[in-house]
Amino acid sequence: MEIFNKTNTPSLALEEFEYDNKIVRNFALATVIWGGVGMLVGVLAAFQLVYPELNFNLPFTTFGRIRPLHTNAVIFAFVGNGFFTGMYYAAPRVLRTPMYSQLLSKIHFWGWQLIIVMAAISLPLGWTSGKEYAELEWPIDIAIAVVWVIGMLNLIMTTIKRRTEHIYAAVWFFIASYVTVALLHVINSINLPISLTKSYSVYAGVQDALVQWWYGHNAVAFFLTTPYLGLMYYFLPKAANRPIYSYRLSIVHFWTLIFIYIWAGPHHLLYTALPDWAQSLGTVFSIMLLAPSWGGMINGLMTLRGAWDKVRDDVVLKFMVVAVTAYGMATFEGPMLSLKNVNAIGHYTDWIVAHVHVGALGWNGFLTFGMLYWLFPRLYKRPLYSKKLANLHFWIGTIGILFYAIPMYWAGWVQSAMWREFTEDGFLKYPNFLETVTQLIPFYALRGIGGTLYLFGWGLMIYNLLKTAQAGSLKEVEKAQAANMTHQTHQNEYWHRKWFERKPVLLTVGSLIVVAIGGMVEMIPTFMIQSNIPTIESVKPYTPLELQGRDIYVREGCYTCHSQMVRPFRDEIERYGEYSKAGEFVYDHPFQWGSKRTGPDLHRVGGKYPDSWHYNHMEDPTSMSPGSIMPAYPWLLEHELDTTTTAAKIKAMQILGVPYEKGYEQVANQELIEQANGVVKRLADAGIETEPTREIVALIAYLQRLGTDIKAENNPN
Amino acid sequence: MSAIYVLMLAGLAVAGTFMLVFLWSVKSGQYDDDITPSIRILFDEEPEKKADELKSG
Repeated sequence: MEIFNKTNTPSLALEEFEYDNKIVRNFALATVIWGGVGMLVGVLAAFQLVYPELNFNLPFTTFGRIRPLHTNAVIFAFVGNGFFTGMYYAAPRVLRTPMYSQLLSKIHFWGWQLIIVMAAISLPLGWTSGKEYAELEWPIDIAIAVVWVIGMLNLIMTTIKRRTEHIYAAVWFFIASYVTVALLHVINSINLPISLTKSYSVYAGVQDALVQWWYGHNAVAFFLTTPYLGLMYYFLPKAANRPIYSYRLSIVHFWTLIFIYIWAGPHHLLYTALPDWAQSLGTVFSIMLLAPSWGGMINGLMTLRGAWDKVRDDVVLKFMVVAVTAYGMATFEGPMLSLKNVNAIGHYTDWIVAHVHVGALGWNGFLTFGMLYWLFPRLYKRPLYSKKLANLHFWIGTIGILFYAIPMYWAGWVQSAMWREFTEDGFLKYPNFLETVTQLIPFYALRGIGGTLYLFGWGLMIYNLLKTAQAGSLKEVEKAQAANMTHQTHQNEYWHRKWFERKPVLLTVGSLIVVAIGGMVEMIPTFMIQSNIPTIESVKPYTPLELQGRDIYVREGCYTCHSQMVRPFRDEIERYGEYSKAGEFVYDHPFQWGSKRTGPDLHRVGGKYPDSWHYNHMEDPTSMSPGSIMPAYPWLLEHELDTTTTAAKIKAMQILGVPYEKGYEQVANQELIEQANGVVKRLADAGIETEPTREIVALIAYLQRLGTDIKAENNPN
Repeated sequence: MSAIYVLMLAGLAVAGTFMLVFLWSVKSGQYDDDITPSIRILFDEEPEKKADELKSG
């Protein structure tokens, strides 16, 4: 064992220490449980698009609130806990030291679970900041930042106290994930609170979109990808019992990936008001990403060279091979979708939904399952209860992914083609958007079946893992031995010297980061406000009633199905009207451009239909659009609008630079009622009786305002 | 478009931090040996319970 001696010189005294398996088991259980919840909610959301009755006519179970619950649950609860499970197992073992602090581990665990519970309560209640994958309101955002930093501290201190000079590639991936996500989360979540459950993004319109998608893209990169690459670099070689194909490639993979990823965000905003050079820059970096991503995939798959017979027998390896393959497919597709001409087809369609689910179900899901099937026998010192069941899980899960992805790709292409098809006379072939939706319902049904199969596989897994656990008993601590690095005789001096030399540097760097974050938190709002000067003169702030209506739009999660961004394409201008300009969104805190058109774009909906149409449509969408799959919102017709918040909202907007006159908050409610009376009168003319203080009135006022300011510029009357 | 400057600053801060860490890692000899670390992680099991003995029945 010559290679071994290089770090563990036999003449050194060995130190004994223990690995904490309990924290690993706890995180693993949380992964399994929250994963099931997240997938179940996903299946519900999938079938809501087939059978709108499944929205149950209740605010809490309507698609607009269920979809954020699903995305937050699978990203932060399932994948988050999956990352921590693997990290608490792998990091101490490759660093040859226990985790730095058991107390921090515990706070990390319980803190994260508490955040998930708060998310699961607050999202169905409609407490949302209205930004995708960052919907949670500000008190939860703060809790996330604190718990995240606690986890990061625990890992970094463990790395510092390690008993091996070399830091294994997996740990590099973990650390980079922690550092970057912390920064993304803080910058994107800078909100101005108006109450415990409501806040406004300090950024507006294009600015908000840019920050959001810088966050959104990098959340995929540093929450769903790099932590799991760390897991791959540890658990795949362990499961195959052979070293990674090329350790050198893993180092190149790591550094190139993290350097390139951070610049690719603008590919989410192609053909929007973002400056062209920023769009092109994002595209170039997205294409470059293909190289490190595939380098990583090849590294994973080639680890099994000459051992593919093992894959036939070992279910853990099967899961991992499919996971790495799915990673390769998703990271090929990503750069392709970043090309402007491909993006023009794919954006707003189910193609994107297919793309992310290949990543989520294939890469994150299957890597997690492989890891859990490998871990449980080691934590409980018993063989896996049933290999057969695990194999069944593998096949059902794989078929589930295919049933999910293929119909969604198909649906995306079908719908995109229908949107842009013209007749020979130059008219839209499908002028009614609904036609392009009802066409997709069979695909949505198949997708729901795929999701159900995948969830069923998860059920087999939980049974299998519980049986394994029952048959054995948790080995709470595991003893290990290693020499302390600092005791090494001739390297001793060198090591210390280096440590003291680099400590001030590290300290400086660390404090710089802290200062930079603190400084940005203070500075960003100030100079964001200065740039919120409208470039289109006719664009005016929302009236108090419209502002309240807009907050209802955000609360109900309308952006999960409707975009507010008409792209400069012939078919979109024909269908929706004038394409959207950056200057039209300067008062939008937060922006509501959306990323998916399950329903039509709404940016030019203002004035398109009478108020009574909206009233009837919200009560029962099928009354106005037969065959519509939109949920009904009957409670908006009943609920009293909370006007006590108006003054606070106006004041908050003033702080954010929206030019309401001084003291406007005093008269805001008066104007609100006046405008509401106008809506009520128009409704009464159409034979609808309602009160001016119903939520529906505010929502109608907002919808009728959407995208109309620019028309005032064209006709000054 | 001032948000873009904030993001570029933040991006550069992250990339700069990574660059410093990268330089440190190369200088401190983290990558002098690019074979042993990949093998070493395979040897941290307790000797009496090898992976092979955990095969499922």
